[in-house]
Amino acid sequence: MDAGTASQEPLHPQSGLSPQPTLRGAEADVVTKRARVAAWIQSSAAAIVLAIVTLLGALAFGERFASVNNFLNIIEDSSFLLLLAVGMTFVIMGEGIDLSVGSMLALGAVMAAWAGQNGESVLALVLPLLVGASIGLANGALIAFGRMAPFIVTLGALLFARGLAFFVADNGNRVFLIPDDAWFTQLGQGEILGLSLPIWVAGVVFVAGWVLFNHTRFGAVVAAIGGAEDAARLMGLPIARAKVACYVGTAVLATLAGMMVAARSGSGLSSIAQGWELQAIAAVVIGGTLLTGGKGSMFGTLAGVLLLGVIQNLINQVGTLRPEWQLVVSGVFLLVVVVVQQLLTRAQR
Amino acid sequence: VTSGVAAVSRSRRDIDWARLFSSYGVYVGIVVLIVFNTLQNPNFIAYPNLRLQLVQVVPVAIVSLGLALVIGTRGIDISIGSVMAVAAATLAAFLWLGPIPAVVAALLAGMLLGAINGGLVAYVGIQPIVATLGMLVAGRGLALVIAEGRLTEIFDPLLGSLGSGSLPIPYIETYEAVAPFAAGVPFVILLTVAIAVLIAFVVGRTTFGRYILATGGNPIAARLSGVPVKATLLAVYIVSATLAAVAGIIATARTGASDPSFLGNLIELSAISAVVVGGTPFSGGRVRILGTLAGALFMQLMEATLIRNNLSDSVARMVAAVIIVSAVFIQREREG
Repeated sequence: MDAGTASQEPLHPQSGLSPQPTLRGAEADVVTKRARVAAWIQSSAAAIVLAIVTLLGALAFGERFASVNNFLNIIEDSSFLLLLAVGMTFVIMGEGIDLSVGSMLALGAVMAAWAGQNGESVLALVLPLLVGASIGLANGALIAFGRMAPFIVTLGALLFARGLAFFVADNGNRVFLIPDDAWFTQLGQGEILGLSLPIWVAGVVFVAGWVLFNHTRFGAVVAAIGGAEDAARLMGLPIARAKVACYVGTAVLATLAGMMVAARSGSGLSSIAQGWELQAIAAVVIGGTLLTGGKGSMFGTLAGVLLLGVIQNLINQVGTLRPEWQLVVSGVFLLVVVVVQQLLTRAQR
Repeated sequence: VTSGVAAVSRSRRDIDWARLFSSYGVYVGIVVLIVFNTLQNPNFIAYPNLRLQLVQVVPVAIVSLGLALVIGTRGIDISIGSVMAVAAATLAAFLWLGPIPAVVAALLAGMLLGAINGGLVAYVGIQPIVATLGMLVAGRGLALVIAEGRLTEIFDPLLGSLGSGSLPIPYIETYEAVAPFAAGVPFVILLTVAIAVLIAFVVGRTTFGRYILATGGNPIAARLSGVPVKATLLAVYIVSATLAAVAGIIATARTGASDPSFLGNLIELSAISAVVVGGTPFSGGRVRILGTLAGALFMQLMEATLIRNNLSDSVARMVAAVIIVSAVFIQREREG
């Protein structure tokens, strides 16, 4: 290599933000303070942006946006995505990814509707979860024991689950209907204390996820895998088991979300939730969980999910905006967030 | 020295079946599928059908070639389908200027999106899957916005002949044995072959090609030995998106319609299958051009076989899933 090409590529590209290793006194204080601020922004950015966007929405649209009813709508619409995102937070925290959740949601809905078409609620409740858990188990085993890249395994699961959903639904030509008198439909349509059951389910899953994430050995192991897998292995942590649990978890939660969709609409469509895996990943990343794993926040995920819901709702409020702007906004937003996160991570070094 | 000798003698004794299979299995697979289909229906091997299969595989083959380069650098580009749609929408939007400016605009649009992908990966340090995931979502929206959410029909003679025309083989119809070939070779197939040859040349014979393989083989070592890793990554994502734009233009020219909602939808899955089945490892450092083309053809033939046997699209997806995962699983054995 000649010197010309070598000089294009400095050996230690300086981000301009990273501190020199030999700082002392006041200068060092400034650096650690900056690192702390950066860390704080990283973990709570989604909540701050959520608050700002909600405030702006309220100023712009008044009662039409800022009403209890509309907020409840946003929360209810977000509850399905929240189930996917809670599972995805664990997977991403352990430096993995699960691209199959959208397909698993559709499969869950189709399976539930197929099993419940004659009013057999128990079957509609149990069968999808069993199928979902099996596919999640296969994903986890291939990743943890087969040492395969999560993205390729779950890509296969994306295709497989969607194919299976279409297969059960006769290539999408059949829509199975769940009779209204089956108690299974309560899972989507029921209300407790004025809140719909999907909100309750999502709430319970979130709280359980938060506890598991922050206050259990399992959460610590997942964080350790994402932080430094080799070190975690050398420490004798049960890495393979934790990974399998993560992928079974996302699959089961996605299936559950699909069952709730089926229960709410009384039917199972094989074509729903295409691209939801991207929404779930976006929500988790926007919430401040690093895609490289090891660092994340379950509350951030909640804020990320709600933020996507609020943006969607605001775009609907504008009315004149074409719905496809939603895609542009989500995509660009995701990119902006990861770029900012990358800069913040550098600032903390 | 001893270990080297041991390795040599061991490799002489044991044939590495997994390695052979992941390198050449795809060609065996193509032959098996062709034989199987021909036994069922002798017309399968006839030129008109083979020609149809080849024409249908063109868009996937072209995007797979670009993706193979990206995977060669240990990256991934899942935005290719959306880039196809943006190129198609741009083509339709600029067609009033004439076909050639419209094609140029579509190619430029692809390059621009590729530059954004590449910039994010190379200079900001975003993981390839996330950068191109954002582009997948935003690009599809952008295509819909450019096309105002509508399918646009395209009536342009030049684009029409690019999409559906063939290079006739002169005088061939006078010889009965080869008369079926008189239909000629479709332009899109010639274009695909030209692109494949060009890429094979770039990878095998140029400095840029060596930079790609070095970056994928070991990025840190590559950087330390003076390879412009960042510029290489940027260029590779631009090439991938530009080829996606080419595929979008061809698909639009062939069907005579620019469809922003569905053009290229999920093509990244077919392309990843083609590359992986063709023997390009995910661990980077190696790019197999012929294998990638064969992989694309294999996936196409497999789908055609399933559909011929009245197995639906849904089964085709499940089979594709099993093939992708198995192919990667076998490669993993080889590297382990």
